[in-house]
Amino acid sequence: MTMDRRTFLQLAALGGGAVFASGLAGGAPMTPGAPYDDFYFVQLSDSHWGFNGPAVNPDATGTLPKAVAAVNALPEKPDFIMFTGDLTHTTDNPVERRKRLAEFKEIVSKLDVKTVRFMPGEHDASLDNGKAFIEFFGPTHYTFDHKGVHFIVLDNVSDPAARIGDEQLAWLAGDLAKQPKDAKIVVFTHRPLFDLAPAWDWATRDGDKAIEMLMPFQNVTVFYGHIHQENHKVTGHIAHHSAKSLMFPLPAPMSQPKREPIKWDASQPYRGLGFREVEAEDKGTKFDIKELPVKA
Amino acid sequence: MDKGRRLVLAAGVAGVAAVAGGTLAFAQPKPRVVKIRAKRFTYTPSTVNLKKGQPVTFEMTTEDIVMGLNIPDFNVRSDIVPGKTMKMTFTPDKTGTFTFLCDIFCGEGHETMSGTLVVT
Repeated sequence: MTMDRRTFLQLAALGGGAVFASGLAGGAPMTPGAPYDDFYFVQLSDSHWGFNGPAVNPDATGTLPKAVAAVNALPEKPDFIMFTGDLTHTTDNPVERRKRLAEFKEIVSKLDVKTVRFMPGEHDASLDNGKAFIEFFGPTHYTFDHKGVHFIVLDNVSDPAARIGDEQLAWLAGDLAKQPKDAKIVVFTHRPLFDLAPAWDWATRDGDKAIEMLMPFQNVTVFYGHIHQENHKVTGHIAHHSAKSLMFPLPAPMSQPKREPIKWDASQPYRGLGFREVEAEDKGTKFDIKELPVKA
Repeated sequence: MDKGRRLVLAAGVAGVAAVAGGTLAFAQPKPRVVKIRAKRFTYTPSTVNLKKGQPVTFEMTTEDIVMGLNIPDFNVRSDIVPGKTMKMTFTPDKTGTFTFLCDIFCGEGHETMSGTLVVT
């Protein structure tokens, strides 16, 4: 018998009596430490290391370390962590860009999780086509597999014009050609693949081509960053979930004339900032998202 | 038939021929030209007033790096390349206030690089 992580944690928290009772009710007894089939990962995004704007975030150098501490304090370690871009805030100075990437890397090296993966945002990569990012973190697009789920990391930021580009799309087509139509596929991008708000540059110019390639597959979920807030959208049967930032929140799409950062509220510090747990359920066909805050 | 009437008729025939040939160019008013200068992270002018149904050509230059000018509501965009005058012609087909923005990441102020179209 298997149980998902949430059930496991709830039962573990309640103690052995509850575990036994559950066993009576459900059949075979389950005990803390028993294996479960599902897994979870943590998505962190848009830490903008190097940003300076006290009216927006007076704790610009403290927020990311607090998030690292919060992840390390999770009652159970995630299988892996994914950073979905804008690790650093942009700068014209290539030396300063590398300094920020190095500082970011040093801070996240304290994450007590074996596997931490990265991808760039436009602030990391658009001014040098990903050159500095690659020096620190390797390729900007890649795939990996985990417990039966195929993960695809797509780069829609190294081209400053917000294109995936024909070369990468051909690579994507080649990768998808190897997957069965019922494969469990998760795509990570920085920008939304669909036209969320083109007037705010919240789009990928050739994202429709990637979505078209993914459409024949039954189980596809996209996780992205860029817009500094939760947003959940379904195109066809593909769900797209954006993540919060670890530096400043942005307003809801097109809710005001300008996409200006939401100012810091001293009465509710870190409001709108956070990260998420993503629990794979039903063998990777469904994902349960739990948003977690950054706290003082 | 007087000369004037014959000229009007000839113009009408030519117009029909032009429509049949797939072009309405002769019937369109000449586009108004609006010069727009891009510079990190501003457009000058930042507000452009247009008339619905009146074609306009944006003649765009940039003083520094490659920029973009995108008007999502009218589904038109163009790169703006240093050293060139880029032209983009369109006809506003609705009234209102619309945003144009840079859609090529150009640095720390990129997110604020936008302007306003007012179409009456």
